[in-house]
Amino acid sequence: MDLITLSVIILFIPLLGFVLTLFTGMNFKWAFLIENVLIVLGFILSVVLLYNKLSGYLDTDIVSEFNWINLGIIPFFGEIIIKLGIKLDNVAVIMNFTVFLISMVVHLFSIDYMKGDKRYSRYFAYLGLFTFSMTGIVVTNNVLMMYIFWELVGLSSYLLIGFWFEKKSASDAGKKAFIVNRIGDLGMFAGILILFVTYKTFSFQEIFNAVAAGQLPFNSEFWLTITGLLLFCGAIGKSAQFPLHVWLPDAMEGPTPVSALIHAATMVAAGVYFIVRIFPILSGDALLIIAIIGAISAFIPATIALTQNDIKRVLAYSTVSQLGYMIMALGIGAYVFAFFHLITHAFFKACLFLGSGSVIHSMHHEQDIQKMGGLRKKMPITYATFLLATLALSGIPLTSGFLSKDGILAGTLAYTSLTGNWFFTFIGFTVAMLTAFYMFRLVILTFHGEPKNKEKYDHAHESPFFMIMPLVLLSGLSIFIWYTPNPFNADSGWVLSKWVKAPTLSVPESARYPFMVEEQKQESIVKQEEEVTFSHEYTHAMHSAHVPTIFLSGFVAGLGILFAFLFYQWKKLDPNKLAAKVKPLYNLSYNKWYFDEFYNSVFVGGTLAFSNFLRWIDNTIIDGIVNGSATLTRGVSKVSGKFDNGVVDGLVNFTAYFSGFIGLLFRKFQTGKVQTYIVLVIFSLLILLFLFKSF
Amino acid sequence: MASFPILSWITLLPILGMVIILFIPKNQEKIIKGLTLLITSIQVILAIVILAGFNYAKGGVFDASSFQFIEKFRWIDIEGFSWIGRVKIDYYLGIDGLSVPLVLLTAIICFISTLSSFSINKSVKGYFAMFLLLDTGMMGVFVSLDFFLFYIFWELMLLPMYFLIGIWGGPRKEYAAIKFFLYTLLGSVFILLAVIGLYFSTTETLADGSKVFTFNMIAMMDPANYSADGILSPFNPDNLRFIAFLGLFIGFAIKIPMFPFHTWLPDAHVEAPTAISVILAGVLLKMGTYGILRVNYTMFPEITKQLIWYIALFGMINIIYGALTAMAQKDFKKLIAYSSISHMGFVLLGMASLNTLGISGAVLQMFNHGTITAMLFLIVGVIYDRAHTRDIDGFGGLAVQMPIYTGFTTLAFFAAIGLPGLSGFISEAFVFLGSFGFETIRVIAIISTLGILLGAGYMLWTLQRIYLGKLNEKWATLTDMDMREYAMLVPLSLIIIFLGIYPSAMLDLMNTSVNKMVQFLSESGKFLGSIK
Repeated sequence: MDLITLSVIILFIPLLGFVLTLFTGMNFKWAFLIENVLIVLGFILSVVLLYNKLSGYLDTDIVSEFNWINLGIIPFFGEIIIKLGIKLDNVAVIMNFTVFLISMVVHLFSIDYMKGDKRYSRYFAYLGLFTFSMTGIVVTNNVLMMYIFWELVGLSSYLLIGFWFEKKSASDAGKKAFIVNRIGDLGMFAGILILFVTYKTFSFQEIFNAVAAGQLPFNSEFWLTITGLLLFCGAIGKSAQFPLHVWLPDAMEGPTPVSALIHAATMVAAGVYFIVRIFPILSGDALLIIAIIGAISAFIPATIALTQNDIKRVLAYSTVSQLGYMIMALGIGAYVFAFFHLITHAFFKACLFLGSGSVIHSMHHEQDIQKMGGLRKKMPITYATFLLATLALSGIPLTSGFLSKDGILAGTLAYTSLTGNWFFTFIGFTVAMLTAFYMFRLVILTFHGEPKNKEKYDHAHESPFFMIMPLVLLSGLSIFIWYTPNPFNADSGWVLSKWVKAPTLSVPESARYPFMVEEQKQESIVKQEEEVTFSHEYTHAMHSAHVPTIFLSGFVAGLGILFAFLFYQWKKLDPNKLAAKVKPLYNLSYNKWYFDEFYNSVFVGGTLAFSNFLRWIDNTIIDGIVNGSATLTRGVSKVSGKFDNGVVDGLVNFTAYFSGFIGLLFRKFQTGKVQTYIVLVIFSLLILLFLFKSF
Repeated sequence: MASFPILSWITLLPILGMVIILFIPKNQEKIIKGLTLLITSIQVILAIVILAGFNYAKGGVFDASSFQFIEKFRWIDIEGFSWIGRVKIDYYLGIDGLSVPLVLLTAIICFISTLSSFSINKSVKGYFAMFLLLDTGMMGVFVSLDFFLFYIFWELMLLPMYFLIGIWGGPRKEYAAIKFFLYTLLGSVFILLAVIGLYFSTTETLADGSKVFTFNMIAMMDPANYSADGILSPFNPDNLRFIAFLGLFIGFAIKIPMFPFHTWLPDAHVEAPTAISVILAGVLLKMGTYGILRVNYTMFPEITKQLIWYIALFGMINIIYGALTAMAQKDFKKLIAYSSISHMGFVLLGMASLNTLGISGAVLQMFNHGTITAMLFLIVGVIYDRAHTRDIDGFGGLAVQMPIYTGFTTLAFFAAIGLPGLSGFISEAFVFLGSFGFETIRVIAIISTLGILLGAGYMLWTLQRIYLGKLNEKWATLTDMDMREYAMLVPLSLIIIFLGIYPSAMLDLMNTSVNKMVQFLSESGKFLGSIK
């Protein structure tokens, strides 16, 4: 079987699961098994796909497409054939594998976690729909299909976040996620419109080729930048970047395994993945703005996570922050490390979310870390896996997170040395410290110390097999060994040296970052080095940044962890006192920088007020004119009626009366008496005789 | 097959049914309902037969020879009297790629709304007689190629609609019915004046070489048929073509309904029984956009091009104004009515792009809006039949009580939002691709995309308020959908999903015609524009 067919089968397996489970779930108690069996099958096939692609077609992309809509040659435009298709390159198959792995462990985890829910099988059906949508994003070869599945991911997240829709907060969160995402999608859609009008195709490769051939939107580099940024708007929405990050923390209203699936590994990864896909057409200016947005998104949520008390919210803000990292990495050109971090982060963040699910499950849906503590003894496996994933997230050596995060930080340093801009380096290392701090705060408050809620603590227990197994698996994947034999240098590993390479840029050289302009390739440079980078200059900068980064990042992470222990474990410092001292800052962080309040009052409130105003206009003014003209007509008709009755009819009646009066007058003569008539005749004759006498 | 007058059958069959119904005693309600169902199902079969025999390569539009299923014979022929001359009117039917989707739509919607009408139990005989008359009127508009005939059908549908709303409607039915009637009649007057003007400006050459005035719509599209001094002749320097265009446009725009002529619609919808709302939104509104496309675009291409920016602008206003006003509604049905206004804006915007993508999108959107909005009104009907209220805030948590019904609602809502995979997405995407591709209205297209966002806003908010949340105990006794409701909603759902996945089924049908239209607009528009 060729790989395209295999990939198509993998794509449709979860959809099949969705349909079957949805329609059998109502009457058939074991319907959820269909979905679970199918997803395991899908995972196995994904492994086959990954293996075959990497072993057989390491350096070739396999593309296949078919005509979806064929309008033929149309007037004034040329030929329009809208194609859908699949592109399997290394990035796609690795991502496909990641999606199915995470999806599978989430499915398995949910079997116990969701037990007893009244819409049990429907939950699994939705997971299937979600996996299908995400896989579509991963394997597509064109931007239209990307948008189609992009929206389907939006739908699935709406259904899953609002799964417990009886809770208003849950249905609110689902709605918010969908609508906030749509705001970003509008920009993406506009970008797609520009691409299509310019290139008459949706295919990534054809667009790249056309850009490389010098064909630009509206013939200007400026519009190429704008197009890139509009497309990036989609990623801002999906990957919860500033200023559209507000939906992600609320999305924690969904069941916890869903949070692991959507908000760690897949849905939010879609945005980063999309930028990875369109990277070749992003101009230097666009990349700079993308990097700035990424940096802000890395920083703000990290500061918010410092003070949150809901275990899932801390993780949620950490997700936004880490996604910001990846976006920033893409923006400064650390393409391979951004993708690498996407993968490693997917594993350890899923582990953290599922770990938190395990905690929440055993604490009977308690999510406040202030009420936890000491769980280390009750839930040793959960604790161990959670800790390992935390170490990875904090970027401690020997973990996968260290490898990828270090790469990104080295990228910021390299960027600084090439451009003299310190901003991203500063943000990168600061966020690394904050991350280590809030993650260890979370671990300490949850698992260390004394239990704060004795009753719940006593009932806490280690989770069952299907919940533990995924944790072990995912935390195992947080160790360096899967990615590289050298725990301090990811470059020498197979992922980065063989599988993932920086793409060839299509952007005109004048619109690139200076360091991305390729010089004459030098034969002396080892092949391996060329592959992670864009130019000799950049390779060099990355190399010299590598060693300082290891020490510096180790230092800041250690500092963060140290402070976490000082504050929460050894209680040498009192967090409350500090909070009181910097009250405004604390409030800013605790209240999430007031984004929700601001958006609610300005945008939501504004739109609602405006729509009410328009309703008023519609009812009062526009309909008023309609009804007014009716009333006016009736008024006029009344007047004309009066006129008709009084004047016209009056005249008629007057004529009648007058005739009547005359008649009355003459009636007097009609007495019916012969004598009277004779008298009258005689008188008449006399008058006539008198008149005619003169003739 | 060629000899079988299938268009006459599909158009006049309902009238035949009406006549039969008039002879059935009025207490035989089952027979009356059954007969109506039979007739509308035959109509659907005929529509499918038409579809099967339709030649995709023939364009129609302005070319009489490439229309299909043509039926043409002399209908009225009066030897001349005084200055009017010889009056010759043809019975002239035919379809092309622009009308065939709407013929299909009309057949489907009439069938479905017959099912929906089964719950009517007040003077059943009168209702179904009117219903069938309405059916004929709508179908006739889409198949007529003679303007006189077109106008007769156009007016024919007005009368039954008036009674259907005015007798079988809700509490304010009289107000709504009269408003609908007068508003539409006003539009008809404008159309009539333009038709008379066109009649006295166009001549047709008969076999014996004599020239007579004609109502032939296709003849009216060819500048060569205009007499030099006709009041609407492009060759007459003092012509009134601009005014005639506006008259026709306003006449059709009232039907769409286009802002600011839209206020009859929410009232009519709110008061009309469910089945009539379904017809109103599903088919009737399309007569407006179809009219603009069939008449204004082809007979006045130069003025169309001249005013195209304004047409797009009104499309945009419809989209955004309709969406925002929908958001503020408290009545479920009124909300859907305003959303319908918003969605019809996409049709206007697509038509205004004057290119294949945009016009295909517009015609496809007519069909999709027909099926999606019909479904939405049926959904309102399902809950209104049970709860006897439509107050959005009075519900809550119905998803718990009526899960299957909620499933269908979610499908319809997301189709209305334009979710990919469902039919609404393709038409909206085409409308935007087309309108963005046309430089003149590019900015309008971009602003109109806001409609997608607002649509998601009010739809999801409504979904939340009615279906999600805790079940309002008041509604704990409501039952889920019954067989008749399945029979209405399942076919529509399947169409929506099918066209979402395989839009070519519909696009290929109209492609040749749309291309022809685009070509014609450009050439004829250029030619006519150069005369002045």
